Amino acid sequence: PHAGPVESKNEATMSELVPEPRQKPVVPMKPMGINASLLGYIGIDTIIEQMRKKTMKTGFDFNIMVVGQSGLGKSTLVNTLFKSQVSRKSSGWNREEKIPKTVEIKAIGHVIEEGGVKMKLTVIDTPGFGDQINNENCWEPIEKYINEQYEKFLKEEVNIARKKRIPDTRVHCCLYFISPTGHSLRPLDLEFMKHLSKVVNIIPVIAKADTMTLEEKTEFKQRVRKELEVNGIEFYPQKEFDEDLEDKTENDKIRQESMPFAVVGSDKEYQVNGKRVLGRKTPWGIIEVENLSHCEFALLRDFVIRTHLQDLKEVTHNIHYETYRAKRLNDNGGLPPMTVETEENHESNL
Amino acid sequence: YIQPLFFCQFSDSAGYVGFANLPNQVHRKSVKKGFEFTLMVVGESGLGKSTLINSLFLTDLYPERYIPGAAEKIERTVQIEASTVEIEERGVKLRLTVVDTPGYGDAINSQDCFKTIIHYIDNQFERYLHDESGLNRRHIVDNRVHCCFYFISPFGHGLKPLDVEFMKALHGKVNIVPVIAKADTLTLKERERLKRRVLDEISEHGIRIYQLPDADSDEDEEFKEQTRASIPFAVIGSNQLIEVKGKKIRGRLYPWGVVEVENPEHNDFLKLRTMLVTHMQDLQEVTQDLHYENFRSERLKRTGK
Repeated sequence: PHAGPVESKNEATMSELVPEPRQKPVVPMKPMGINASLLGYIGIDTIIEQMRKKTMKTGFDFNIMVVGQSGLGKSTLVNTLFKSQVSRKSSGWNREEKIPKTVEIKAIGHVIEEGGVKMKLTVIDTPGFGDQINNENCWEPIEKYINEQYEKFLKEEVNIARKKRIPDTRVHCCLYFISPTGHSLRPLDLEFMKHLSKVVNIIPVIAKADTMTLEEKTEFKQRVRKELEVNGIEFYPQKEFDEDLEDKTENDKIRQESMPFAVVGSDKEYQVNGKRVLGRKTPWGIIEVENLSHCEFALLRDFVIRTHLQDLKEVTHNIHYETYRAKRLNDNGGLPPMTVETEENHESNL
Repeated sequence: YIQPLFFCQFSDSAGYVGFANLPNQVHRKSVKKGFEFTLMVVGESGLGKSTLINSLFLTDLYPERYIPGAAEKIERTVQIEASTVEIEERGVKLRLTVVDTPGYGDAINSQDCFKTIIHYIDNQFERYLHDESGLNRRHIVDNRVHCCFYFISPFGHGLKPLDVEFMKALHGKVNIVPVIAKADTLTLKERERLKRRVLDEISEHGIRIYQLPDADSDEDEEFKEQTRASIPFAVIGSNQLIEVKGKKIRGRLYPWGVVEVENPEHNDFLKLRTMLVTHMQDLQEVTQDLHYENFRSERLKRTGK
């Protein structure tokens, strides 16, 4: 369901006689009052079931990037999110590996299935980010990678003979890991998010949150939220893309109270009150990852996977990708980019 | 901690001269004079340095603390801030100076962040050298840095490049005691793994951290060994008192349990504190005999004196 919104936008700019169609997501509209006098049942609502079946058959791509200093638990968290060994950590990566001297981009793909739905999940790791003594511009390789994926997609789109389903390697979501200092953001955090929030959906998370008491957590979250606001950083869900009042209300609550999510990850299970739970065992107690009174992992999981997964993809496609595309077309004088390109421009450690 | 007075057994036997009492006299004079000690604290923001210092010395060295936001930190360079506090315990006076280094490791480019620190340490040596060579040497004030706690982040997988560079640049100028901060972030296994990793990297890079001297005959050999085996100390600090089993103790209250600062099963805080106070004398000696002498001979060689 990618073709719809793109075309209508182009039509609007070309003709002034046709009123600009309302931008709406490609989900069935809620029943309007005007049609309330329909006689009998037509069956339009079965389209939901049709789409669901289609999604199940084709499966879908989801690409999530993790960014943050070494040791903040990125790989563990991603494994915990998808309840599978999907991170770089699990694919023959040696824990004792040295920190790379420059930022590397490592993408690992897995197909996971749940309830008949197949997801081709790609986790993009960025080892080396923020780990050097001099971290100036260390976000550039990341920005480059993200734009390269947009470029790849664009090339496919403008092809004469297009693939039926364009493989989507674009980054749908970037989890940015904030170190739980309890003080404030670090200068590097601000720089990264300022640059990258314009090209990708950034979801800031506070890593290893079991290092803070409840009070410290609340204060830190407030401080971070304030700093992000003062510095004009629009993290996902961005205010300007709230579509209707319902979205706005729901997202306002998430933006102003829940985010950034203070999380703890673990791939180990322990017995607590007769149940097996994911957690961390310390001499003073067991930290339960999915217990909301211990940390906000469950909120992050629900947010990214259970409620906003599709929206993350849509914002990536309709907003970030379109912005990239418009810029590329403008740079090229309104013409689609040349299809003849050297292979070097598609460098990424896939 | 008080050095036990030792009683001479032979005071009235024939042939007794009495100089065996000298340690008592030295001790009494020292107690009267009081001790001076300068401790430097280095590590990135937010590793719990201030909290730890307050916990170690049961004081509040930073009453009106202002924590800058990230945007402000971008402009800041490393500062040196010294706070002095007089602590008295059982008649023994300690004039403790804690030298803080806010801004260390904060900048995006931390290339020069320890230059300021090196300058500070050298300046104290310079001053002492000058005073030592001067005419009035009765009241030389020793502001030299006797010990540097270097805070290692518990969030990494070992030492960071900056940690290595700092320690290599400073191990010839000051006694470095590596400390793993906010240790309650780690499970016991993670702690052991991190300690091992840090020690491996320290050895790999030829970094010379402060070595505990061998136990004296009257000291507990085993305790000393245990202390040595715990380095780098993994510690937790706290400014809050929590009630546990009817007692008020320093700790951190989490939804899943209480971390007790002074519980040796929870962290190495007591070991660190004991090590520090029982080795203040040795730390000063090594500063004088090794680090200062190195500085002095280099300086004098340079000026051709």
